[in-house]
Amino acid sequence: MSTADASLPPAFVTQPLPLATEPLRRRARPAAWWGMVLVVTTEAMIFAGLLSSWFYLRATSDQWPIGGLPSPKLWPIWAYSLVLVGSSIPVHLAHRAVPRGRRRAARVWLAVGFVMGAAFLARTAWDFAHAEFPIDRNAYASIFHTTVGLHALHVLAGLLMSAGVQVKLATGRVDRRRHLSVEMFALYWHFVDAVWIAVFASLYLSMH
Amino acid sequence: MTTIDPTAPPTGTPHPLEVAARRARDVGDALARTGDDHEIEHVWKDKPGFWGFFTTVDHKRLGTRYLYTAFVLFMFAGVQALVMRTQLAQPDEKLVGPQAYNELFTMHGTTMIFLFNTPVFAGFANYLLPLQLGARDLAFPRLNAFSYWIYLFAAAFMYTSFLSGHIPDGGWFAYAPLTEVPYSPGHGMDFWALGVAFVGISTTVGAVNFIVTVFKMRAPGMTLNRIPLFVWSIVAMAFMIVFAVPAITEASLMLAMDRLFHTAFFDPARGGAPLLYQHLFWFWGHPEVYILFLPAVGMMLTTIPVFSRQRLAGYLWAATAMVAIAFISFGVWVHHMFATGLPTGSMGVFSAASLVIAIPSGVLYLCWIATMLQGRVQWTTPMLFSLGFLLIFLMGGITGVMVAVMPFDWQATDSYFVVAHFHYVLNGAVVFPIFAGVYYWAPKITGRLLSERLGRWSFWTMFVSFHVAFFPMHVLGLMGMPRRVYSYHDGFGWGTLNLLSTIGAFVFGLGALLTFVNVAWSRRHGEVAGANPWGADTLEWATSSPPPDHNFTATPLVRSRHPLWDAPPAVLAVGTGDADETRALGRDGALDRSAAVTTGNETEPDGEILVPEPTVLPLVAAAGVATVFVGLLVKATLVGAVGVGVALVGVVWWMWRTEEDFV
Repeated sequence: MSTADASLPPAFVTQPLPLATEPLRRRARPAAWWGMVLVVTTEAMIFAGLLSSWFYLRATSDQWPIGGLPSPKLWPIWAYSLVLVGSSIPVHLAHRAVPRGRRRAARVWLAVGFVMGAAFLARTAWDFAHAEFPIDRNAYASIFHTTVGLHALHVLAGLLMSAGVQVKLATGRVDRRRHLSVEMFALYWHFVDAVWIAVFASLYLSMH
Repeated sequence: MTTIDPTAPPTGTPHPLEVAARRARDVGDALARTGDDHEIEHVWKDKPGFWGFFTTVDHKRLGTRYLYTAFVLFMFAGVQALVMRTQLAQPDEKLVGPQAYNELFTMHGTTMIFLFNTPVFAGFANYLLPLQLGARDLAFPRLNAFSYWIYLFAAAFMYTSFLSGHIPDGGWFAYAPLTEVPYSPGHGMDFWALGVAFVGISTTVGAVNFIVTVFKMRAPGMTLNRIPLFVWSIVAMAFMIVFAVPAITEASLMLAMDRLFHTAFFDPARGGAPLLYQHLFWFWGHPEVYILFLPAVGMMLTTIPVFSRQRLAGYLWAATAMVAIAFISFGVWVHHMFATGLPTGSMGVFSAASLVIAIPSGVLYLCWIATMLQGRVQWTTPMLFSLGFLLIFLMGGITGVMVAVMPFDWQATDSYFVVAHFHYVLNGAVVFPIFAGVYYWAPKITGRLLSERLGRWSFWTMFVSFHVAFFPMHVLGLMGMPRRVYSYHDGFGWGTLNLLSTIGAFVFGLGALLTFVNVAWSRRHGEVAGANPWGADTLEWATSSPPPDHNFTATPLVRSRHPLWDAPPAVLAVGTGDADETRALGRDGALDRSAAVTTGNETEPDGEILVPEPTVLPLVAAAGVATVFVGLLVKATLVGAVGVGVALVGVVWWMWRTEEDFV
């Protein structure tokens, strides 16, 4: 059904758009969330490139690690890996709790996730400071430290995001209706954890 | 005596789409008048003067700024080319020595690819995407501003090398280990490596912006099946950017780390692999040329139908061809490495893929030719540049399949044949469409048509001189002239062709200059354009020229691929009552400074995004990032740390209102 609108030039009619009559369906995801999806995709390509480089250097080297450097030890890093990947659980629980209005629970879960991530980051930093070889020893050292280091920077960025979301929750900027920051953070955090699985498998597990 | 209008179609029954085109002009004008609304203007206008310049988030202002900046860099790169051509005009010329020549070809290539071609399409996309989609701005206006400032700072960063006396000189693809410290001492290649990573940030965030805008902010009824083909080309380009740019970021940052921190990625003595650099570089490098080619194709898919007065023959074929090119382009990169000694069996796969990619390009040609044959062509300046594109790209494509064949490539590699090929495709198939785009869209941007007379002079000068400049390079290559040589001796017999090429190059520069003069002159003296001077079919022509800040007061309801060529009356989408989903579509939404969001298969209204107020935060964040790169360049930790701090403050502050902005 169309009607002529007197305020518009005669060339037009206006068409009222029918609205959904059934109960409010789940709204499409907001634009910013999709923006984060694309950022995650492009960051994933960075890690794909680094891991490809790692495998390429490995395939083209007679000896791996190059120069007789020690292979990375699995302990205690596999424990810290479990901590990091496990931190996706509290983050997910927080993500679920916010739309249900359970703010206190969400803040607790976010804090737990933060501590777990921070523990992993601290260990990575300690490992770097006490590394058995510097980044410029040879190509193995370079790709190893660059990959782990870049991942650690991503963990750091995630922790900063987590802190921001926690402040927003505490001050009421994020609530049961408006919680886009939590969704974007959760997506990013799960990505960081998934990348670590790939990095750990390639740089650590495949060496044993 | 009756006056004869040479641009009018022949008498007799007018072509139905000519009728539609004339009607489209009227509809465009009428729709444009709805935008004239002082109350809305007040809500959308930028802050005045100096401060307004630094805080704007308006996609049209930023898009235009991208275009101006890109063309300034085009002129720098053009001058670099002319100096090289002068040096090569005669044997044993002493105008510039080898060091300076190396710097010239490095900066010419780097500027053209990174600082002109890629950003110029970002500029066009910035300006046109919201307008063609019926939206009021891009999905992330502040990110858009950030993207521009990063581009400007990255360009400045690279050109600061000229002031420092350490100019990049390792070629625009900067192969390691030539570009590692032992063979490239000094800061020149540091500027290059860091600069390339720097400008990649701008490209990437721009791509994210374009993709989300196209998927979320189309006008109601504009299903993906109905978006303008230019928009399709930008979507394909943007997805390619998301997947390809990380590779060059990595290649350049690994090179930077090798140079600045003595890492060993590409140092064979410590187990590094020079070929790794090439793989990473070209994994981006090949998709990059299609990142440039596809928007050019999108422009041709716009101008050729409009000036043939004919809907494009094979919309679905053309869209599919562009997507196919986007995918296949990721599978051909090794054709830049045929002479590196890789196993011929594996390289054969890439050779095959490089031949296959000619097929979708051929499909596009068939669409264009069919459209022109079915319609009635009007030879306006944009159409002339489109014709130039068709002829030059045909030749560039032919030499492309020649070099895709390994045995031939082994003869032609590193010779002027390759230089000829890529200038045919990059200059002819990318720059000519850009000029077509300038003539086509300048009236929308400035409100005034460019001079047709000057346009014709510019085109014919550029077209003829292009062949004079670049065709001889095929012959020179086959005669054995290597690329990147600063001079050559008399006895080779290359002098005549080189001289011819130089003359062509200078005349080409003159031809391009005519267009710049045209743009400057027409700002004051050009014929007033009106909303839709070309009688075109897409939504940007349904606004005034230039459009009001808010683009559309009432959002058109789109019912076909060619909204302004539909049978009237044009329909505006308005909601019933105050429903959240449809409020943004009409005047109330414009008063609220909001843009409509749509979703679903039918592209139904779904709500709104608030377009942010002008803010300086994107500039602050970009300045922070720039400081980080400067800190890396001079190896000063404190500078880097300050940069990180400033960038963080900028970003956090800007993102603080995420919940309010994105409902």
